[in-house]
Amino acid sequence: MSAHDHAADHGHAHGGAAHGSLKTYLIGFVLSVILTAVPFWLVMTGAIDNKQATAIVIMAFAAVQIVVHMVFFLHMNTASEGGWSMLALIFTLILVVIVLTGSLWVMYHLNANMMPGLHDMREMP
Amino acid sequence: MASTATAAGTEPVFHLEEEHAHAEGSSTMLGFWLYLMSDCLIFAMLFAAYGVLGGNYAAGPAPKDLFDLNLVAVNTAMLLFSSITYGFAMLTMDKGRVAATQAWLAVTGLFGLAFLSIELYEFAHMIHEGATPQRSAFLSSFFTLVGTHGLHVTFGIIWLVTLMVQVARFGLIEANRRRLMCLSMFWHFLDVIWIGVFTFVYLMGMLR
Repeated sequence: MSAHDHAADHGHAHGGAAHGSLKTYLIGFVLSVILTAVPFWLVMTGAIDNKQATAIVIMAFAAVQIVVHMVFFLHMNTASEGGWSMLALIFTLILVVIVLTGSLWVMYHLNANMMPGLHDMREMP
Repeated sequence: MASTATAAGTEPVFHLEEEHAHAEGSSTMLGFWLYLMSDCLIFAMLFAAYGVLGGNYAAGPAPKDLFDLNLVAVNTAMLLFSSITYGFAMLTMDKGRVAATQAWLAVTGLFGLAFLSIELYEFAHMIHEGATPQRSAFLSSFFTLVGTHGLHVTFGIIWLVTLMVQVARFGLIEANRRRLMCLSMFWHFLDVIWIGVFTFVYLMGMLR
């Protein structure tokens, strides 16, 4: 591969800075309005009796909406910046999952074990 | 890197391929994306802190006593509208229409200001009722998380005004387009963080 070909390739890789079109922006907007309105409606009206089920549903809606924003507004795809932005995103997501689940998990158990009455103080040495 | 081209009977020719020139700003988008990812980690820490401390009311007010979901819904709408209007600004920028771009940017900024005003009104209301950041661990982590997001929006608006002045003076030159694209990523990123805030803090708080 000559230097000239290489430069042309390089230019092409960066030329793919997608903006999206009016259509993709509008699709993203309509989707995110729906994905926002439904969780608010669920919580404000208490449509689902079970609070835990409601929490799971609204978290699922949030996850879907984040993906919608990433795709339609931030134009994320595997090809942008030669895949590096996707790699950075995946790395960040892994860190976020470790931080969130780790903190909540550890601190929940810590709180549970610190609950007064759980340990009988008389049994302590 | 050296490559050789040898043909029968000729001297081997060595080429030294130097690092080819990068156009100015060609790596800005990736660099800015990396910055956003590091910002994402900051918010992850704040979300984790809120997740751990969010239930410690210290016999003070709980989310149910403080949050007004109608207000949060209006706030969310403001940020969503500002996202789509920024999208329109980018589309008009692609067509090279300066006046229309400026108009959409101004609309975006106004929605951003509306969001900030409502948030500050909410904070003032809470503090007036005695729900200050010092009151409980729940309120400390709440104000830190939501306040950091609000601070990002504030700086986004300052940046937006700066770029509007730039576009007014120099037009939609290459550098300004690049800056507007960076702000676009920043603005949409803040909207993504807000999805986490309204779900995790406000809606889940009301369920507790």
